[in-house]
Amino acid sequence: MAFRFFGKSLLYALPLGVTFLDCVGYVARVDGISMQPALNPVPDEKDYVFLLRWGTHNSQVERGDIISLISPKDPAQKIIKRVVGLQGDVVSTLGYKHEIVRVPEGHCWVEGDHTGHSMDSNTFGPVALGLMSARAVAIVWPPERWRILENELPRRRRPIQASKNTSNYYN
Amino acid sequence: MKVLSRLGRLMRYTVAYAAITHCTFEYIGDFVLCKGPSMEPTLHSDNVLLTERLSKHWRTYQPGDIVIAISPINADQFICKRIVAVSGDQVLIQKPIPIEAEFSGSSDNKKKPVMVKDYVPRGYVWIEGDNKGNSSDSRYYGPIPVGLIRSRVLCRIWPISEATGL
Repeated sequence: MAFRFFGKSLLYALPLGVTFLDCVGYVARVDGISMQPALNPVPDEKDYVFLLRWGTHNSQVERGDIISLISPKDPAQKIIKRVVGLQGDVVSTLGYKHEIVRVPEGHCWVEGDHTGHSMDSNTFGPVALGLMSARAVAIVWPPERWRILENELPRRRRPIQASKNTSNYYN
Repeated sequence: MKVLSRLGRLMRYTVAYAAITHCTFEYIGDFVLCKGPSMEPTLHSDNVLLTERLSKHWRTYQPGDIVIAISPINADQFICKRIVAVSGDQVLIQKPIPIEAEFSGSSDNKKKPVMVKDYVPRGYVWIEGDNKGNSSDSRYYGPIPVGLIRSRVLCRIWPISEATGL
């Protein structure tokens, strides 16, 4: 009897939990050094970040946001990078095949903070906004690293020419 | 009091079934209403399709599959196209015009685009509509990453007289 009750409540709780994780957000571990010093500043300590899914469906990102996206090279892999350029911006690249790039419509230019140790748009070019899955808002673990992740972009990585119509950039 | 408890039960059921529906549509498959002429003559406007999201776990996308993907030029829009080539295949692509030419102001970029043979990179697919003359697809925006693909079309279920597997 107890087993049956357990099974029935699992049947309800599982979809509820999955829906919550899909719609609101979830906590994920950050692997790798590509986002140093903002994330994983000490090599052997892994940060856990809260990824907000709520409100990311209309794909509104700003320069400086840290986003999680599906890797364009391998759909099974998720990567976490900072948005450097939005659609229409002209970005100076760091070792891409063209020295300057205009970000195409519906795309963004993402980079890791750790220049030279990051697999980012300088390797695979601008990425489609549809690949974005969530926005990182805070580090939740370990406790001494607890903080809100600020929207900041180093001055040297600002786009050369920012597109003017960022407020309604689908029209 | 009885009304309140009944209302609470109704709420619980609504939330539970909404969650179950969400999970089914998000992980197993869903129904898609097709709009636009880009897949004619295979699909027409206002056809309803049944799509599935399970087979991506054990099979890779093959040329010939019809898929629903997020549009690479507008993340709020979905597109329905046929996969023509997968990574490693050779396709004819338009040679990109470097931005330096745009700033130098030379008249070279006024020329007709040059077509070159190139490989579809790893993790990307080349999609085209069946209506070659009226479809904006990979010939316009290049190969799209597999991560943009949402689901694979199984069959058409509406109109019933044309219900067929695809």
